[in-house]
Amino acid sequence: MKAKKIDRLMTGVIYLMSAIIVAILIALLIYIFGAGLPHINWHFLTGAAQSFRAGGGIGTQLFNSLYLLILSMLVSIPLAIGIAIYLSEYTVNQKLTNLISSAIEVLSSLPSIVVGLFGFLIFVVHFHFSFSILSGALTLTIFNLPLLVRSITDALQTVSLNQREAGLALGLSRWETVIHVIIPECLPAIITGIILAAGRVFGEAAALIYTAGQSAPPLDFTNWNVLSLSSPLNFMRPAETLAVHIWKVNSEGLIPDASAVSAGSSLVLVIVVLLFNLAARYLGGKLYKHLTGE
Amino acid sequence: MDPIAKSLKERSLSAKIETRGRLITQLCTLVIILLVLAIFGFVATKGVAIFIQDHGSLVDFFTKTSWSPEQTDIHHRPLIGALPMIFGSFAVTLLAVLLATPFALAAAIFMSEISPRQGNKILQPVIELLVGIPSVVYGFIGLAVIVPAVQKVLGGSGFGILAGTLVLLVMILPTITSMAVDALKAVPRYYREASLALGATRWQTIYRVVLRAAAPGLMTAIIFGMSRAFGEALAVQMVIGNATLMPSNLASPATTLTSVLTMNMGNTVMGTTANNALWSLALLLLLMSLVFNIVIKYLAKRGELH
Amino acid sequence: MKRYFKILLVVIFFWSLTACSQTHQQTVTAVGSSALQPLVEAAGEKFTEQNPQAYINVQGGGSGTGLSQVQQGAVQIGNSDVFAEQKKGIRTQEISDNRVCVVAVVPIVNHKVPIRNLTLTQLQAIFMGKISNWQELGGPNLPITIVNRAQGSGTRTIFEQQVMHGRPTKKSSEQDSSGMVRQIVKNTPGAISYLAWPYLTKETPALKINGVQVSINNVANNRWPIWSYEHMYTKRQPTAATKRLVNYVLSDQFQKHEVRQMRYIPIKAMHYQQDSHGKVTKIKAGE
Repeated sequence: MKAKKIDRLMTGVIYLMSAIIVAILIALLIYIFGAGLPHINWHFLTGAAQSFRAGGGIGTQLFNSLYLLILSMLVSIPLAIGIAIYLSEYTVNQKLTNLISSAIEVLSSLPSIVVGLFGFLIFVVHFHFSFSILSGALTLTIFNLPLLVRSITDALQTVSLNQREAGLALGLSRWETVIHVIIPECLPAIITGIILAAGRVFGEAAALIYTAGQSAPPLDFTNWNVLSLSSPLNFMRPAETLAVHIWKVNSEGLIPDASAVSAGSSLVLVIVVLLFNLAARYLGGKLYKHLTGE
Repeated sequence: MDPIAKSLKERSLSAKIETRGRLITQLCTLVIILLVLAIFGFVATKGVAIFIQDHGSLVDFFTKTSWSPEQTDIHHRPLIGALPMIFGSFAVTLLAVLLATPFALAAAIFMSEISPRQGNKILQPVIELLVGIPSVVYGFIGLAVIVPAVQKVLGGSGFGILAGTLVLLVMILPTITSMAVDALKAVPRYYREASLALGATRWQTIYRVVLRAAAPGLMTAIIFGMSRAFGEALAVQMVIGNATLMPSNLASPATTLTSVLTMNMGNTVMGTTANNALWSLALLLLLMSLVFNIVIKYLAKRGELH
Repeated sequence: MKRYFKILLVVIFFWSLTACSQTHQQTVTAVGSSALQPLVEAAGEKFTEQNPQAYINVQGGGSGTGLSQVQQGAVQIGNSDVFAEQKKGIRTQEISDNRVCVVAVVPIVNHKVPIRNLTLTQLQAIFMGKISNWQELGGPNLPITIVNRAQGSGTRTIFEQQVMHGRPTKKSSEQDSSGMVRQIVKNTPGAISYLAWPYLTKETPALKINGVQVSINNVANNRWPIWSYEHMYTKRQPTAATKRLVNYVLSDQFQKHEVRQMRYIPIKAMHYQQDSHGKVTKIKAGE
């Protein structure tokens, strides 16, 4: 009887502790929404930021965040997939694999300020990319790769050996097996990994302060000339992202409504991450169905 | 030549694609290896400069408590006592992990053993969202909510180890949880079935069988959480108070390696003593994350033997 | 995979295009002091209105970053709160100084502290740790919490030079930005700190020093004791656009409106001058 009681007690405890975690998140969300919602309106979402007057918006910053994310993903996803395939499918030397993956992991625990300064000295100063989206995207790639490689390698490894053997037995080369059999099989897991990395990139500030910069030239969304500074597509322009903007208005901002702007921006940031998660889940499921023909 | 023989002797399209694919993956790997080497080399050369170029003492670095690299002691060595930062970093990290682990384990057990369905529906998205909230936002909530709360309960300014711990706790919770779930799910089903068949209750099965079998994986999760906590900068910096002092209690201002690094980097000039001293902190952080990694690898290896 | 590589190639192609054309566009990058950043940003906005071809890129990063970057030629302008001579590791002969305005540093306290006036000696004693309770200054029984700026930050360097006169400050909480200092002083009973005047808000009451309130006139006549120059350092031979921007910042129109509005003190209003050792002398008429 005693064992049963303990069982029930512990189940209760586990329920309680899980509930506490959910409660923490709900409290966080309520706080973020409560503080930010009153400040969100169309003008705030699309307007240009002010440097020392009240009433600035975050339109440019929001766009910059998204654009930077896309660019850095464009660089890091193919790289990460390549590395993960090499690590999980091609290497025969286990020691080498371990060494490489350890090196990548250590990279991931470097504080972002160190990565940011490295990016600053290499991309901004040495390669003369100046403070730009490109510098930011490349720095974020350093940041991003460890996470992506790790999650994609894990995803590839969840696919059973039978699938690989079946592929090879059918006369497919190793590469073809990877591309046509294994990747489609674990695509949802890969996509989850990508979203989590994207979320982290989206909220990153410290690494971007010195690379993508803290100022945002106003954008003209009718200008599609990549060479012009006011064109949203130009990636040689300095681009303050939303996370950097939050940091900046709170630390060095002169605007009188700093707390309102930062609360509103925080909310927007969290909402975008939320949307990301939802969209990617949906997309992952769809793709899986499409690719596996289920 | 005989067309059949010719087609047999030539490399097939498939083989060409194979070679090319292999080459691409090798190139990608090469890129990251170069990148890692570049960063390591960069941080290492910058990090040892304070000891070699500026004759800082390595013993002082780990044992003294006064950090003021621009000034020198009687032996004309820069004052680089990093003990307060090292202590602060370890204190917040260990405390945060200590507090986060029970919650993370409970959530992981809930998701893998008790109610996978509810777990996937409710806890999984919660965990993912917690990861997604940027550290800047955590920092501001810490500043607005946790610091005043600590101030009310413990007195003082509210800034200190405790506030830093609480913020970190929430930040590393999702990391530990999601890795713990993986570890628990890796325990074969028949372990549980065998235990239940022997008449054990669910809790007995979890406690005596599943958790034991998953122990190395769980340790890996915890160490991974630790390494995250150790490297976190922005959020902790906002709530810990940033005083290079040995803290006298949980609510007196302290500091961590990352916050000193982040705070002072912009105010120093590249190549000066003050700047080199900061890079030595970065090197220490890098070495610490290497240590964490070696421990993780070691644990993972021990896990395989079971 | 293949598609990704194609996209990557296109991206690289466009990048090389922009990289080439970038040199023809007149971009002036100013990096450094965060205390000066808002003013240069405002100047950049106005300047671009008049010269649509030029773009002024203003970044923070701290005075140390500004000085070392301009010396290396990585940026055109290095903003600094301190003289280059005060920073170790800067080769002053390679850069030229442009003093664009004066900034005052103002001590602030938490609003629960009733004291609104201190002598300079009292202020010094507080930051040395000699006075640790507001009671000793005739206030309520409330411990004093010192909030400092990061070592080496411009504002702290000014404060230490003009208030501490080389005496050591008590080790205490440090913050890396004016915004954080303001927020912490606002929320912590008994807190005292200091801010550059432009960052002062009503949330944190400012103190008078020796009965003098901070104002443009009082700083100009050196009655307000804590002030220093804001510098925009350039290379010895600045580019045309850089020179024009510095001249714009120094122009009467900008100095009379934006500079005053944002509570910096116009350089021409000063009746006193300061050298890099902090020595203050009266400017003689006709000089």
